[in-house]
Amino acid sequence: MEITEIYNKLKKVFGDGIGDLKTDLPAYPFFFADASKINAVSLFLRDEESLQFDNLSCLSGVDYDKDNLAVVYHIYSYALKHNIVVKCIVPKSAPVVQTVSDVWAAADWHEREAYDLIGINFEGHPDLRRILLSEDWEGHPLRKDYKVPEFYNGMKVPY
Amino acid sequence: MAELRTEELTINMGPQHPSTHGVLRLVLTLNGEIVTNVKPVLGYLHRCFEKHAEAMTYPQVIPYTDRMDYLNSMSNELAYVLAVEKLLGIEIPERVEYIRVIMAELQRIASHLVAIGTYGNDAGAFTPFLYCFMDREKVLELFEMVCGARLLYNYIWVGGLSHDITPEFITKTKEFIKYFRPRIKQVNNLLSYNKIFIERTANIGMLPQDVAVNAGVSGPTLRGSGVKYDLRKEDPYSIYNKFDFDVCVGTGEYGTVGDCWNRYIVRAYEMEQSLRIIEQALDSIPEGDVHSAVPKRVKPVAGESYVRTESPKGELGYYIISDGSLNPYRVKARSTSFCNLSVINQISRGHMIADVVMILGSFDIVLGCIDR
Repeated sequence: MEITEIYNKLKKVFGDGIGDLKTDLPAYPFFFADASKINAVSLFLRDEESLQFDNLSCLSGVDYDKDNLAVVYHIYSYALKHNIVVKCIVPKSAPVVQTVSDVWAAADWHEREAYDLIGINFEGHPDLRRILLSEDWEGHPLRKDYKVPEFYNGMKVPY
Repeated sequence: MAELRTEELTINMGPQHPSTHGVLRLVLTLNGEIVTNVKPVLGYLHRCFEKHAEAMTYPQVIPYTDRMDYLNSMSNELAYVLAVEKLLGIEIPERVEYIRVIMAELQRIASHLVAIGTYGNDAGAFTPFLYCFMDREKVLELFEMVCGARLLYNYIWVGGLSHDITPEFITKTKEFIKYFRPRIKQVNNLLSYNKIFIERTANIGMLPQDVAVNAGVSGPTLRGSGVKYDLRKEDPYSIYNKFDFDVCVGTGEYGTVGDCWNRYIVRAYEMEQSLRIIEQALDSIPEGDVHSAVPKRVKPVAGESYVRTESPKGELGYYIISDGSLNPYRVKARSTSFCNLSVINQISRGHMIADVVMILGSFDIVLGCIDR
Protein backbone atom coordinates (compact mmCIF):
# COMPACT_ATOMS: atom_id res chain seq x y z
CA MET A 1 0.00 0.00 0.00
CA GLU A 2 1.26 3.50 -0.80
CA ILE A 3 2.13 5.88 2.01
CA THR A 4 -0.59 8.41 1.07
CA GLU A 5 -3.24 5.72 1.35
CA ILE A 6 -1.89 4.60 4.72
CA TYR A 7 -1.68 8.21 5.83
CA ASN A 8 -5.31 8.92 4.93
CA LYS A 9 -6.43 5.80 6.73
CA LEU A 10 -4.60 6.84 9.92
CA LYS A 11 -5.82 10.41 9.64
CA LYS A 12 -9.39 9.14 9.58
CA VAL A 13 -8.92 7.15 12.80
CA PHE A 14 -6.62 9.40 14.81
CA GLY A 15 -7.45 12.87 13.48
CA ASP A 16 -5.13 15.44 15.06
CA GLY A 17 -2.86 12.69 16.43
CA ILE A 18 -1.40 12.44 12.93
CA GLY A 19 0.51 15.45 11.58
CA ASP A 20 1.53 16.45 8.06
CA LEU A 21 2.65 14.16 5.28
CA LYS A 22 5.91 15.21 3.60
CA THR A 23 6.62 13.90 0.14
CA ASP A 24 8.68 16.74 -1.36
CA LEU A 25 12.06 15.95 0.22
CA PRO A 26 14.48 13.60 -1.56
CA ALA A 27 14.43 9.93 -0.63
CA TYR A 28 11.66 8.77 1.64
CA PRO A 29 8.26 10.35 2.25
CA PHE A 30 7.26 10.45 5.91
CA PHE A 31 4.57 11.83 8.18
CA PHE A 32 4.46 13.17 11.70
CA ALA A 33 2.61 11.63 14.63
CA ASP A 34 1.81 12.90 18.09
CA ALA A 35 4.35 11.65 20.67
CA SER A 36 1.55 11.04 23.18
CA LYS A 37 -0.46 8.90 20.71
CA ILE A 38 2.32 6.93 19.04
CA ASN A 39 1.61 3.79 21.05
CA ALA A 40 -2.00 3.60 19.87
CA VAL A 41 -0.95 4.50 16.31
CA SER A 42 1.65 1.70 16.34
CA LEU A 43 -0.82 -0.80 17.69
CA PHE A 44 -3.24 0.14 14.92
CA LEU A 45 -0.49 -0.14 12.30
CA ARG A 46 0.39 -3.60 13.53
CA ASP A 47 -3.06 -5.06 14.05
CA GLU A 48 -5.14 -3.53 11.26
CA GLU A 49 -5.89 -6.24 8.69
CA SER A 50 -5.01 -4.12 5.64
CA LEU A 51 -1.74 -2.74 7.10
CA GLN A 52 -0.07 -5.53 9.13
CA PHE A 53 3.13 -3.68 9.98
CA ASP A 54 4.69 -6.56 11.91
CA ASN A 55 8.30 -5.37 11.93
CA LEU A 56 10.00 -2.27 13.31
CA SER A 57 13.05 -2.09 11.10
CA CYS A 58 14.78 0.83 12.78
CA LEU A 59 14.13 3.37 15.51
CA SER A 60 16.42 6.39 15.64
CA GLY A 61 16.71 9.29 18.02
CA VAL A 62 17.64 12.54 16.30
CA ASP A 63 18.66 15.97 17.59
CA TYR A 64 16.14 17.56 15.24
CA ASP A 65 16.78 21.27 15.49
CA LYS A 66 17.63 23.94 18.07
CA ASP A 67 14.62 23.27 20.29
CA ASN A 68 13.40 19.82 19.32
CA LEU A 69 14.33 16.18 19.39
CA ALA A 70 12.81 13.54 17.16
CA VAL A 71 12.21 9.81 17.11
CA VAL A 72 12.11 8.28 13.65
CA TYR A 73 10.38 4.94 13.08
CA HIS A 74 11.13 2.90 9.97
CA ILE A 75 8.33 0.37 9.92
CA TYR A 76 7.98 -2.58 7.59
CA SER A 77 5.47 -5.30 6.90
CA TYR A 78 6.77 -8.79 6.16
CA ALA A 79 3.25 -9.88 5.40
CA LEU A 80 2.34 -7.19 2.84
CA LYS A 81 5.84 -5.91 1.95
CA HIS A 82 5.23 -2.20 2.32
CA ASN A 83 6.98 0.33 4.51
CA ILE A 84 6.47 3.74 6.05
CA VAL A 85 8.46 6.32 7.98
CA VAL A 86 6.88 8.03 10.98
CA LYS A 87 8.39 10.85 13.02
CA CYS A 88 7.60 12.14 16.49
CA ILE A 89 8.85 15.60 17.37
CA VAL A 90 9.24 16.52 21.04
CA PRO A 91 10.66 19.69 22.66
CA LYS A 92 14.08 19.46 24.33
CA SER A 93 12.56 20.89 27.50
CA ALA A 94 10.25 17.86 27.91
CA PRO A 95 11.48 15.02 25.70
CA VAL A 96 8.84 12.39 26.43
CA VAL A 97 7.62 9.89 23.85
CA GLN A 98 5.34 6.92 24.44
CA THR A 99 7.08 3.58 24.24
CA VAL A 100 6.28 1.15 21.42
CA SER A 101 8.27 -1.70 22.96
CA ASP A 102 5.04 -3.48 23.86
CA VAL A 103 3.99 -3.36 20.19
CA TRP A 104 7.33 -4.36 18.65
CA ALA A 105 9.88 -6.05 20.91
CA ALA A 106 12.60 -4.69 18.61
CA ALA A 107 11.93 -1.22 20.03
CA ASP A 108 13.07 -2.23 23.51
CA TRP A 109 16.82 -1.89 22.96
CA HIS A 110 16.49 0.82 20.32
CA GLU A 111 14.58 3.00 22.76
CA ARG A 112 17.19 2.40 25.43
CA GLU A 113 19.80 3.50 22.91
CA ALA A 114 17.87 6.66 22.03
CA TYR A 115 17.52 7.40 25.74
CA ASP A 116 21.22 6.79 26.29
CA LEU A 117 22.64 8.81 23.42
CA ILE A 118 20.01 11.50 22.77
CA GLY A 119 18.18 11.70 26.07
CA ILE A 120 14.62 10.93 25.04
CA ASN A 121 12.44 9.51 27.80
CA PHE A 122 10.17 6.72 26.71
CA GLU A 123 7.04 6.70 28.80
CA GLY A 124 6.01 3.18 29.80
CA HIS A 125 9.25 1.48 28.82
CA PRO A 126 9.76 -1.52 31.15
CA ASP A 127 13.49 -1.09 31.69
CA LEU A 128 14.78 2.32 30.59
CA ARG A 129 18.50 2.23 31.39
CA ARG A 130 21.61 3.27 29.52
CA ILE A 131 22.68 0.56 27.10
CA LEU A 132 25.91 1.55 25.35
CA LEU A 133 27.45 3.96 27.86
CA SER A 134 28.22 3.10 31.46
CA GLU A 135 25.49 3.70 34.02
CA ASP A 136 27.22 6.65 35.68
CA TRP A 137 27.93 8.57 32.48
CA GLU A 138 26.58 12.10 32.46
CA GLY A 139 24.87 13.74 29.52
CA HIS A 140 23.70 12.47 26.15
CA PRO A 141 26.54 12.53 23.61
CA LEU A 142 24.56 12.70 20.37
CA ARG A 143 23.02 16.05 21.32
CA LYS A 144 24.57 18.74 19.16
CA ASP A 145 25.33 20.90 22.20
CA TYR A 146 27.02 18.09 24.12
CA LYS A 147 30.31 18.99 25.79
CA VAL A 148 32.72 16.17 26.64
CA PRO A 149 33.19 16.21 30.42
CA GLU A 150 36.69 16.94 31.61
CA PHE A 151 36.80 14.07 34.06
CA TYR A 152 35.03 10.73 34.31
CA ASN A 153 35.50 9.04 37.70
CA GLY A 154 38.75 10.92 38.21
CA MET A 155 40.13 10.01 34.76
CA LYS A 156 40.85 12.79 32.30
CA VAL A 157 38.63 12.35 29.23
CA PRO A 158 39.89 14.63 26.40
CA TYR A 159 43.43 13.78 25.39
CA MET B 1 23.69 -31.90 58.38
CA ALA B 2 23.34 -28.28 57.28
CA GLU B 3 20.37 -27.51 55.12
CA LEU B 4 20.85 -27.48 51.35
CA ARG B 5 20.97 -23.99 49.91
CA THR B 6 18.50 -23.61 47.09
CA GLU B 7 18.48 -19.90 46.27
CA GLU B 8 19.20 -18.68 42.74
CA LEU B 9 22.77 -17.95 41.82
CA THR B 10 23.93 -15.02 39.72
CA ILE B 11 27.13 -15.37 37.72
CA ASN B 12 28.95 -13.35 35.10
CA MET B 13 29.73 -14.80 31.71
CA GLY B 14 32.20 -12.40 30.14
CA PRO B 15 33.19 -9.72 29.30
CA GLN B 16 36.35 -11.79 28.98
CA HIS B 17 35.08 -15.19 27.95
CA PRO B 18 36.07 -17.21 24.87
CA SER B 19 32.54 -18.12 23.86
CA THR B 20 30.97 -14.66 23.99
CA HIS B 21 32.78 -13.85 20.70
CA GLY B 22 34.14 -10.56 21.99
CA VAL B 23 33.59 -8.31 24.97
CA LEU B 24 29.99 -9.15 25.76
CA ARG B 25 28.91 -9.66 29.33
CA LEU B 26 25.97 -11.89 30.14
CA VAL B 27 24.63 -11.83 33.68
CA LEU B 28 23.15 -15.29 34.14
CA THR B 29 20.69 -16.14 36.88
CA LEU B 30 20.83 -19.84 37.57
CA ASN B 31 18.73 -22.38 39.32
CA GLY B 32 21.33 -25.10 39.65
CA GLU B 33 22.46 -25.71 36.09
CA ILE B 34 19.28 -24.27 34.56
CA VAL B 35 19.28 -20.68 33.31
CA THR B 36 16.32 -18.64 34.55
CA ASN B 37 17.37 -15.24 33.22
CA VAL B 38 19.99 -13.77 30.90
CA LYS B 39 20.81 -10.08 31.09
CA PRO B 40 23.18 -8.91 28.36
CA VAL B 41 25.38 -5.93 29.25
CA LEU B 42 26.66 -4.11 26.19
CA GLY B 43 28.92 -1.19 25.47
CA TYR B 44 32.40 -2.51 26.22
CA LEU B 45 33.40 -1.83 22.62
CA HIS B 46 31.47 1.42 22.13
CA ARG B 47 33.58 3.73 19.98
CA CYS B 48 31.06 6.53 19.36
CA PHE B 49 30.75 5.75 15.62
CA GLU B 50 27.65 7.88 15.21
CA LYS B 51 29.18 10.87 16.98
CA HIS B 52 32.41 10.57 14.99
CA ALA B 53 30.48 10.37 11.74
CA GLU B 54 28.92 13.78 12.37
CA ALA B 55 32.37 15.37 12.46
CA MET B 56 33.59 13.72 9.22
CA THR B 57 32.87 14.37 5.57
CA TYR B 58 30.82 11.66 3.85
CA PRO B 59 33.75 9.71 2.33
CA GLN B 60 35.72 9.94 5.58
CA VAL B 61 33.03 7.90 7.35
CA ILE B 62 33.68 4.82 5.16
CA PRO B 63 36.76 3.59 7.11
CA TYR B 64 34.71 3.88 10.30
CA THR B 65 32.01 1.63 8.87
CA ASP B 66 34.76 -0.94 8.19
CA ARG B 67 35.33 -1.18 11.90
CA MET B 68 31.71 -1.79 12.82
CA ASP B 69 31.33 -5.42 11.87
CA TYR B 70 34.98 -6.09 11.22
CA LEU B 71 34.42 -9.56 9.74
CA ASN B 72 32.18 -8.05 7.16
CA SER B 73 33.75 -4.75 6.11
CA MET B 74 32.77 -4.88 2.44
CA SER B 75 29.06 -5.19 3.20
CA ASN B 76 29.23 -2.38 5.76
CA GLU B 77 30.83 -0.09 3.21
CA LEU B 78 28.31 -1.11 0.60
CA ALA B 79 25.33 -0.31 2.82
CA TYR B 80 26.68 3.09 3.84
CA VAL B 81 27.72 4.03 0.32
CA LEU B 82 24.32 3.03 -1.10
CA ALA B 83 22.63 5.32 1.43
CA VAL B 84 24.87 8.24 0.48
CA GLU B 85 24.38 7.59 -3.22
CA LYS B 86 20.64 7.58 -2.71
CA LEU B 87 20.94 11.06 -1.20
CA LEU B 88 23.13 12.22 -4.05
CA GLY B 89 20.99 10.58 -6.70
CA ILE B 90 23.92 9.58 -8.89
CA GLU B 91 24.12 6.89 -11.54
CA ILE B 92 26.76 4.19 -10.92
CA PRO B 93 28.66 2.48 -13.79
CA GLU B 94 27.56 -1.08 -14.29
CA ARG B 95 31.07 -2.50 -13.85
CA VAL B 96 31.22 -0.95 -10.38
CA GLU B 97 27.94 -2.61 -9.40
CA TYR B 98 29.20 -6.00 -10.58
CA ILE B 99 32.46 -5.71 -8.65
CA ARG B 100 30.58 -4.58 -5.54
CA VAL B 101 28.35 -7.65 -5.70
CA ILE B 102 31.36 -9.95 -6.18
CA MET B 103 33.11 -8.40 -3.17
CA ALA B 104 29.99 -8.51 -0.99
CA GLU B 105 29.45 -12.19 -1.79
CA LEU B 106 33.10 -13.11 -1.22
CA GLN B 107 32.80 -11.29 2.09
CA ARG B 108 29.67 -13.28 2.90
CA ILE B 109 31.61 -16.50 2.40
CA ALA B 110 34.45 -15.24 4.61
CA SER B 111 32.04 -14.14 7.31
CA HIS B 112 30.07 -17.40 7.24
CA LEU B 113 33.32 -19.37 7.44
CA VAL B 114 34.22 -17.58 10.66
CA ALA B 115 30.68 -18.16 11.96
CA ILE B 116 30.78 -21.88 11.18
CA GLY B 117 34.35 -22.36 12.37
CA THR B 118 33.92 -20.59 15.69
CA TYR B 119 30.56 -22.26 16.23
CA GLY B 120 32.21 -25.65 15.91
CA ASN B 121 34.85 -24.41 18.30
CA ASP B 122 32.13 -23.43 20.79
CA ALA B 123 30.85 -26.99 20.65
CA GLY B 124 34.34 -28.37 21.25
CA ALA B 125 35.19 -29.29 17.67
CA PHE B 126 38.52 -27.65 16.95
CA THR B 127 39.35 -29.17 13.55
CA PRO B 128 36.56 -27.54 11.47
CA PHE B 129 37.73 -24.20 12.86
CA LEU B 130 41.15 -24.71 11.25
CA TYR B 131 39.63 -25.84 7.95
CA CYS B 132 37.35 -22.79 7.85
CA PHE B 133 40.13 -20.35 8.61
CA MET B 134 42.33 -21.92 5.92
CA ASP B 135 39.62 -21.26 3.35
CA ARG B 136 38.87 -17.80 4.67
CA GLU B 137 42.54 -17.04 4.21
CA LYS B 138 42.09 -17.64 0.49
CA VAL B 139 39.26 -15.09 0.34
CA LEU B 140 41.36 -12.59 2.24
CA GLU B 141 44.17 -13.13 -0.26
CA LEU B 142 41.77 -12.19 -3.05
CA PHE B 143 40.85 -8.99 -1.20
CA GLU B 144 44.51 -8.28 -0.60
CA MET B 145 45.16 -8.66 -4.31
CA VAL B 146 42.50 -6.13 -5.24
CA CYS B 147 42.98 -3.42 -2.60
CA GLY B 148 46.02 -4.26 -0.48
CA ALA B 149 44.13 -4.76 2.78
CA ARG B 150 43.02 -8.00 4.38
CA LEU B 151 40.44 -6.93 6.93
CA LEU B 152 39.54 -3.23 6.74
CA TYR B 153 39.44 -2.22 3.11
CA ASN B 154 38.06 1.27 2.47
CA TYR B 155 37.46 -0.24 -0.98
CA ILE B 156 33.94 0.82 -1.91
CA TRP B 157 33.80 4.56 -2.47
CA VAL B 158 30.88 6.89 -2.95
CA GLY B 159 30.25 6.58 -6.68
CA GLY B 160 32.88 3.94 -7.37
CA LEU B 161 35.70 1.82 -6.02
CA SER B 162 39.25 2.52 -4.93
CA HIS B 163 40.78 0.08 -7.44
CA ASP B 164 39.60 -1.75 -10.52
CA ILE B 165 39.97 -5.53 -10.54
CA THR B 166 42.63 -7.19 -12.67
CA PRO B 167 42.27 -10.17 -15.06
CA GLU B 168 44.45 -12.07 -12.60
CA PHE B 169 41.84 -11.50 -9.89
CA ILE B 170 39.16 -12.99 -12.12
CA THR B 171 41.27 -16.10 -12.80
CA LYS B 172 42.12 -16.51 -9.13
CA THR B 173 38.49 -16.09 -8.08
CA LYS B 174 37.39 -18.74 -10.58
CA GLU B 175 40.08 -21.03 -9.21
CA PHE B 176 38.82 -20.35 -5.70
CA ILE B 177 35.25 -21.25 -6.65
CA LYS B 178 36.43 -24.54 -8.13
CA TYR B 179 38.48 -25.25 -5.01
CA PHE B 180 35.84 -24.18 -2.51
CA ARG B 181 32.78 -26.15 -3.70
CA PRO B 182 34.04 -29.53 -2.46
CA ARG B 183 35.32 -27.88 0.70
CA ILE B 184 31.76 -26.92 1.70
CA LYS B 185 30.85 -30.60 1.53
CA GLN B 186 33.89 -31.43 3.61
CA VAL B 187 32.95 -28.97 6.34
CA ASN B 188 29.40 -30.32 6.28
CA ASN B 189 30.70 -33.85 6.74
CA LEU B 190 33.08 -32.79 9.48
CA LEU B 191 30.68 -30.65 11.44
CA SER B 192 27.12 -30.13 10.21
CA TYR B 193 26.12 -33.80 10.13
CA ASN B 194 28.31 -34.82 13.04
CA LYS B 195 26.30 -36.75 15.60
CA ILE B 196 27.83 -34.97 18.61
CA PHE B 197 27.34 -31.55 17.06
CA ILE B 198 23.70 -32.28 16.24
CA GLU B 199 23.09 -33.46 19.80
CA ARG B 200 24.49 -30.17 21.07
CA THR B 201 22.45 -27.92 18.76
CA ALA B 202 19.22 -29.61 17.66
CA ASN B 203 16.09 -28.55 19.57
CA ILE B 204 18.10 -25.98 21.55
CA GLY B 205 17.05 -22.32 21.71
CA MET B 206 13.80 -22.44 19.77
CA LEU B 207 12.98 -19.10 18.16
CA PRO B 208 9.40 -19.07 16.84
CA GLN B 209 8.67 -17.11 13.66
CA ASP B 210 6.36 -14.51 15.16
CA VAL B 211 8.79 -13.75 17.99
CA ALA B 212 11.63 -13.38 15.49
CA VAL B 213 9.74 -10.96 13.26
CA ASN B 214 8.43 -8.93 16.18
CA ALA B 215 11.90 -8.60 17.72
CA GLY B 216 13.47 -7.43 14.46
CA VAL B 217 15.63 -10.52 14.04
CA SER B 218 16.98 -10.84 10.50
CA GLY B 219 19.36 -12.71 8.24
CA PRO B 220 20.27 -16.39 8.71
CA THR B 221 18.87 -16.19 12.24
CA LEU B 222 15.44 -15.29 10.86
CA ARG B 223 15.66 -17.77 7.99
CA GLY B 224 16.63 -20.48 10.45
CA SER B 225 13.13 -19.99 11.86
CA GLY B 226 11.73 -20.79 8.44
CA VAL B 227 10.91 -17.27 7.23
CA LYS B 228 11.87 -17.20 3.58
CA TYR B 229 13.00 -13.62 3.46
CA ASP B 230 16.14 -12.18 1.95
CA LEU B 231 16.49 -8.48 1.12
CA ARG B 232 18.55 -9.38 -1.94
CA LYS B 233 15.40 -11.00 -3.34
CA GLU B 234 12.55 -9.06 -1.73
CA ASP B 235 13.91 -5.52 -1.91
CA PRO B 236 16.83 -5.82 -4.37
CA TYR B 237 19.53 -3.19 -4.05
CA SER B 238 22.57 -2.73 -6.30
CA ILE B 239 22.07 -5.29 -9.12
CA TYR B 240 21.00 -8.36 -7.18
CA ASN B 241 17.86 -8.67 -9.30
CA LYS B 242 20.06 -9.79 -12.23
CA PHE B 243 21.31 -12.95 -10.56
CA ASP B 244 19.72 -16.29 -10.07
CA PHE B 245 20.04 -17.74 -6.57
CA ASP B 246 17.93 -19.44 -3.94
CA VAL B 247 16.96 -18.14 -0.53
CA CYS B 248 17.94 -20.81 2.00
CA VAL B 249 15.83 -21.51 5.07
CA GLY B 250 16.06 -23.93 7.94
CA THR B 251 14.36 -27.12 6.82
CA GLY B 252 14.22 -29.11 10.03
CA GLU B 253 16.38 -31.86 8.51
CA TYR B 254 17.63 -32.38 12.06
CA GLY B 255 16.01 -30.91 15.16
CA THR B 256 13.11 -28.49 14.64
CA VAL B 257 12.87 -25.40 12.45
CA GLY B 258 13.96 -22.45 14.58
CA ASP B 259 16.56 -24.20 16.70
CA CYS B 260 20.32 -23.66 16.79
CA TRP B 261 21.12 -26.32 14.22
CA ASN B 262 18.74 -24.84 11.66
CA ARG B 263 20.14 -21.35 12.18
CA TYR B 264 23.60 -22.79 11.70
CA ILE B 265 22.88 -24.80 8.58
CA VAL B 266 21.41 -21.79 6.72
CA ARG B 267 24.93 -20.34 6.64
CA ALA B 268 26.39 -23.52 5.23
CA TYR B 269 23.73 -23.52 2.48
CA GLU B 270 24.23 -19.83 1.73
CA MET B 271 27.90 -20.18 0.89
CA GLU B 272 26.94 -22.30 -2.11
CA GLN B 273 24.45 -19.62 -3.25
CA SER B 274 27.11 -16.94 -2.91
CA LEU B 275 29.38 -18.98 -5.16
CA ARG B 276 26.59 -19.11 -7.74
CA ILE B 277 26.18 -15.32 -7.66
CA ILE B 278 29.93 -14.73 -7.99
CA GLU B 279 30.12 -17.13 -10.95
CA GLN B 280 27.32 -15.34 -12.78
CA ALA B 281 28.81 -11.93 -12.05
CA LEU B 282 32.29 -12.93 -13.22
CA ASP B 283 30.89 -14.28 -16.48
CA SER B 284 28.93 -11.17 -17.39
CA ILE B 285 31.04 -8.35 -15.96
CA PRO B 286 31.08 -5.41 -18.41
CA GLU B 287 33.97 -3.07 -19.17
CA GLY B 288 34.06 0.40 -17.70
CA ASP B 289 35.88 2.92 -15.56
CA VAL B 290 35.44 2.49 -11.81
CA HIS B 291 36.34 6.12 -11.08
CA SER B 292 34.14 7.86 -13.64
CA ALA B 293 31.22 8.50 -11.27
CA VAL B 294 33.21 9.37 -8.15
CA PRO B 295 32.16 12.92 -7.22
CA LYS B 296 34.90 15.47 -6.52
CA ARG B 297 32.94 16.72 -3.55
CA VAL B 298 30.23 14.74 -1.82
CA LYS B 299 27.66 17.34 -0.87
CA PRO B 300 24.10 16.02 -1.00
CA VAL B 301 21.08 18.28 -0.79
CA ALA B 302 19.16 18.42 2.48
CA GLY B 303 17.12 15.27 2.94
CA GLU B 304 17.35 11.82 4.36
CA SER B 305 17.75 8.27 3.21
CA TYR B 306 17.42 4.85 4.73
CA VAL B 307 18.90 1.87 2.94
CA ARG B 308 18.59 -1.72 4.11
CA THR B 309 20.95 -4.37 2.84
CA GLU B 310 21.36 -8.06 3.46
CA SER B 311 24.70 -8.37 5.21
CA PRO B 312 25.96 -11.87 6.09
CA LYS B 313 24.48 -11.45 9.55
CA GLY B 314 21.19 -9.94 8.47
CA GLU B 315 19.54 -6.63 7.79
CA LEU B 316 22.10 -3.84 7.93
CA GLY B 317 20.60 -0.39 7.52
CA TYR B 318 21.97 3.13 7.42
CA TYR B 319 19.77 6.09 8.17
CA ILE B 320 21.50 9.27 7.04
CA ILE B 321 20.19 12.81 7.46
CA SER B 322 21.83 15.51 5.39
CA ASP B 323 21.52 19.22 6.10
CA GLY B 324 23.15 20.17 2.81
CA SER B 325 26.66 20.53 4.18
CA LEU B 326 29.78 18.40 3.68
CA ASN B 327 29.24 16.46 6.90
CA PRO B 328 26.28 14.20 7.59
CA TYR B 329 23.89 15.69 10.14
CA ARG B 330 23.11 12.30 11.62
CA VAL B 331 24.18 8.77 10.79
CA LYS B 332 22.35 5.95 12.46
CA ALA B 333 23.51 2.41 11.88
CA ARG B 334 20.76 -0.17 12.24
CA SER B 335 23.05 -2.90 13.40
CA THR B 336 22.20 -6.50 12.71
CA SER B 337 23.69 -8.22 15.72
CA PHE B 338 22.16 -5.62 18.05
CA CYS B 339 18.64 -6.71 17.11
CA ASN B 340 19.47 -10.40 16.84
CA LEU B 341 21.03 -10.51 20.30
CA SER B 342 18.00 -8.90 21.93
CA VAL B 343 16.03 -12.17 21.87
CA ILE B 344 18.64 -14.13 23.81
CA ASN B 345 16.90 -13.84 27.17
CA GLN B 346 13.63 -15.07 25.77
CA ILE B 347 15.01 -18.17 24.09
CA SER B 348 17.68 -19.15 26.64
CA ARG B 349 15.44 -19.49 29.67
CA GLY B 350 15.05 -23.09 30.78
CA HIS B 351 18.21 -24.29 29.06
CA MET B 352 21.55 -25.30 30.61
CA ILE B 353 24.51 -22.92 30.89
CA ALA B 354 26.34 -24.90 28.20
CA ASP B 355 23.38 -24.34 25.87
CA VAL B 356 23.62 -20.57 26.30
CA VAL B 357 27.04 -20.83 24.66
CA MET B 358 25.48 -22.62 21.68
CA ILE B 359 22.54 -20.20 21.45
CA LEU B 360 24.83 -17.18 21.50
CA GLY B 361 27.08 -18.74 18.86
CA SER B 362 24.13 -19.49 16.59
CA PHE B 363 23.41 -15.74 16.24
CA ASP B 364 26.89 -15.12 14.84
CA ILE B 365 27.29 -11.82 16.66
CA VAL B 366 30.15 -9.39 16.29
CA LEU B 367 30.52 -6.95 19.15
CA GLY B 368 31.93 -4.22 16.95
CA CYS B 369 28.55 -4.16 15.24
CA ILE B 370 26.51 -4.24 18.44
CA ASP B 371 28.36 -1.57 20.38
CA ARG B 372 29.37 0.59 17.40
